[in-house]
Amino acid sequence: MSARSQVTRWYQSIPAFIAVSPSLIAVGIFVYAFIIWTILISFSASKMVPDFTWVGFLNYWKLWQFGPWRLAVGNFVIFSVLYVGIGLALGLFLAILIDQRIRVESLFRTIFLYPIALSFVVTGVVWRWIMNPTIGFEKFVRDLGFPNFEFAWISDERFVVYALVAAALWQVSGFVMVLFLSALRGVDAEIIKAASLDGARPWRIYASIVIPSIWPVFLSAGAILIGMALKTFDLVIVMTQRGPGGSSEFPATFMYDMAFRRNQLGIGSASAVMILAAALIIVLPALLIGAPNRDRNK
Amino acid sequence: MTAISSLAASNATAPRTSPMTRILLYAVIIALGIFFLAPLAIMIITSLRSTEDFRGGSIIAWPGSFSGYAWLKAWTTACIGTQCIGLKGYYLNSFLIVVPSAAISTALGAINGFALSKLKLPGGEFLLILIVFGVFIPYQAILIPAAQLLGKLGLLNTIWGLILVQSVYGIPICTLFFRNYYSSIPDELVRAATIDGAGFWSMFFYIILPLSPPIIAVTLIWQFTAIWNDFLFGVTFSSGSTQPVIVALNNLVNTTFGVKEYNVDMAGTIIAALPTLVIYVVAGKYFVRGLVVGSVKG
Repeated sequence: MSARSQVTRWYQSIPAFIAVSPSLIAVGIFVYAFIIWTILISFSASKMVPDFTWVGFLNYWKLWQFGPWRLAVGNFVIFSVLYVGIGLALGLFLAILIDQRIRVESLFRTIFLYPIALSFVVTGVVWRWIMNPTIGFEKFVRDLGFPNFEFAWISDERFVVYALVAAALWQVSGFVMVLFLSALRGVDAEIIKAASLDGARPWRIYASIVIPSIWPVFLSAGAILIGMALKTFDLVIVMTQRGPGGSSEFPATFMYDMAFRRNQLGIGSASAVMILAAALIIVLPALLIGAPNRDRNK
Repeated sequence: MTAISSLAASNATAPRTSPMTRILLYAVIIALGIFFLAPLAIMIITSLRSTEDFRGGSIIAWPGSFSGYAWLKAWTTACIGTQCIGLKGYYLNSFLIVVPSAAISTALGAINGFALSKLKLPGGEFLLILIVFGVFIPYQAILIPAAQLLGKLGLLNTIWGLILVQSVYGIPICTLFFRNYYSSIPDELVRAATIDGAGFWSMFFYIILPLSPPIIAVTLIWQFTAIWNDFLFGVTFSSGSTQPVIVALNNLVNTTFGVKEYNVDMAGTIIAALPTLVIYVVAGKYFVRGLVVGSVKG
């Protein structure tokens, strides 16, 4: 019955369509047409300039034969596993800590969260020098009287990914904390009180009541973190310059290098399509499944 | 959006704990606080040291004497590539890019959010999904065609090019912000105005906008921070004197003539981070509200 009165009049809908048309045209070109263009280029013989000679899956075949790309994918997998695993654990830990009726809670929240307001370039510069063995933390500890102390992850091909994970975690943990905290505070206090009266220990209440009831946050926060890992670019460029010896290559840095430094538009586009596919296959479903809980209080 | 109000400490659901546990709790939370603040403290303290102060030492140390030298040099004479002109010109670039892009994308987001979610337009929901889906796209998938188009339009390496790109890629997230916010405005308001014969723009300006200041603040702050901190678009679409400050900072850190001056790097880093840090401290509430929705952005 209200459907009738809800029908939008022509003198509203026409201006409305006109008003949204610039956005639709812009998004249509800059998002959808560009994605199609990237996909087309990935099947073409393009090198320095676009060249629409169809070559089938040749660029994809070359891409997956190519050492640096495999290394980039491997780094992405290691980075993601640690970033998501430790990020969720640390974020949840911080949220539970903050949730213990801490005095000056908002001060601690502010301190844990401020790194997310910084550019990855800023994070990269400061951690690059802190982790630099000759002037950073290693030197500091050695000067304290431990001359054999070693902390040179950033200049060691085997450990450089861990150095990047550490800096990225410093930046993002507070944000994960915020996601968990708002979920923790949405848990029904009555249930917790009841369990408490029954004599359940606090850790037991968390393990068997609170955490199971906020599982969607693990999914959506994990999806966001994997999405960030997939787009890891600034941090690598600034902190390690993809080194030492190209050992900290990531999908996004590989794509940039191929497309804009080595004039390999075909392979660059193929890697871009792989990144897009990963976002749509891994990140999007997790976000959609995890979303209802985050929107619950809206 | 009100999900965030549940962050308030009064909502703490945690079970009660014993005094011993509480002492341990504060020890852990203070230690973590120090860990999170340490990089910022190192940045600030290092930036206030003189260059001679480093000789053979670590950057993690108290200054022998304080000096404003590094700040002055980072601002006016530090070398960025071959140009020894400091960060100040690039700082202006960042403002020239960020202010119009944030304003344009926010305005378009408000119009889209209202037109596509509040008015029952034929196909409105589909168009909304089409726009908002742009939020999930990793930018690698559009980077190559975007560079080609900007090149064709003569906008590569110009401030205008970055304004265009930042405005357009801000539309999806801004639309999502406003859609979420407007979904809490009762439909009756729009229906009543429709019965009164109000047109699209008069509804937008007289009914919707007066209700929107909080979400406008959230969106503007989010866009300001995201665009200021951007590195990928800046490094891809600009060079030389048109670079935003975050890109210039990376070049400053990678430029060495003679002695490496870590104090200048750190001063430059703080200078580049200052606007977003100030926003975070002054308008943290709005920033955090944006964060929960905005973090999914490519």
